[in-house]
Amino acid sequence: MMPQKKTQDVVLTAVWGDNPVFRQILGICSALAVTNLVLNTVVMGAAVIFTTALSGLTVSLLRKWTPRVIRMMIEVLIIAFYVILFDQALKAYWPDMSRNLGPYVGLIITNCIIMGRAEAFANANPPLLSFVDGFFSGLGYTIVLCCVAVVRELFGMGSLLGMPVPFFSSVLWDRWIIMVMPPGAFFTLALIVWLARTIQVDREPKKGGVT
Amino acid sequence: MSLGSHMLHLSVILFAAIFTDNILLARFLGMCSFLSVSRQVKTAVGLGFAVVFVMTFTITLDWFAYRFVLQPYGIEYFRFILFIVIIAAFVQFVEMAIERYSPVLYHNLGIFLPLITVNCAILGASLFMVIRDYNLAEGIAFGFGSGAGWMLAIVAMAGIRERLNNARIPKGLQGPGITLIIAGIMALAFIGFTGVLSGG
Repeated sequence: MMPQKKTQDVVLTAVWGDNPVFRQILGICSALAVTNLVLNTVVMGAAVIFTTALSGLTVSLLRKWTPRVIRMMIEVLIIAFYVILFDQALKAYWPDMSRNLGPYVGLIITNCIIMGRAEAFANANPPLLSFVDGFFSGLGYTIVLCCVAVVRELFGMGSLLGMPVPFFSSVLWDRWIIMVMPPGAFFTLALIVWLARTIQVDREPKKGGVT
Repeated sequence: MSLGSHMLHLSVILFAAIFTDNILLARFLGMCSFLSVSRQVKTAVGLGFAVVFVMTFTITLDWFAYRFVLQPYGIEYFRFILFIVIIAAFVQFVEMAIERYSPVLYHNLGIFLPLITVNCAILGASLFMVIRDYNLAEGIAFGFGSGAGWMLAIVAMAGIRERLNNARIPKGLQGPGITLIIAGIMALAFIGFTGVLSGG
């Protein structure tokens, strides 16, 4: 029972309690830019999940043999390895998407979440648990970004995943051009963070108000 | 291209990087430090200068590395790793230099100097340089402009946030929430510059 409980804890903390976006506002750099379309966001999210999960696993596997002083360097190399894999695969099998995402896939390397998980979790935990933690941290992050993307694409373009949505694509709906432009991403994310934090602050009145 | 039109071309790249295509407000790069280090104007200015400096030099180094190492051997896909290593080494060097010559600045920037290594804006600028196929002069103009644009945004944000200390903000919106909203309004304002370029 014990290990299962622990895994559950890790999953819950990763997705909700410690959600990288609400709680720590980390790593939105490399991904806000692609939230103008839901499809782009999903692919980007898949890339992040792939990288966090596998780099967590690898860092954890190697943790006993990694000298403390150069561990950051090693972690960066491990992360870069997975990002290059994903980037090359995308370029080979889905060149249009690769062009859409532009430099942002490569920028996953500097995504603070992945480094953060490697440093804070994978360094001190067994491989399988690190894999789960990485996977769900990536998932929590992807869910938030998908929320942003859904709002932006729906209000800005009247479609979801490229398909027109009945009411929003008709003449009755005046498209919010601002949602397609960069400010839309800031406003949407701000509102989502506000909502999530308000709920969290209500639940745990003692611990609220991080930074 | 004559010298005059060449200079004009470069200044357009510079201007675009600072205002219309601001790396932070239009490209969302360098958000982490933007959100966490924008509480005081003084620190923001320090970090801003560090970013301008690091970005201008790393983009130059990365340009040479890409042109003379990666391209000749056809191993462009190694650019992520090579660029990161160059940036990390350069930041390490700057950190040692600041520690030696300006302990005050070193004390103020504290933990954030190493964070420049994982500042997406730095790597992002280099990757944009590759994608847009800039030559050396264009790359330097772009790197300097991006750094200056980032600094402009973070210093303006720090100025606003210092005033916000006295404002009553809903609990859930404090910190990152309100900062994101201000960033959105700033991004709107920067979009206003677009006409300057296309009109001219």
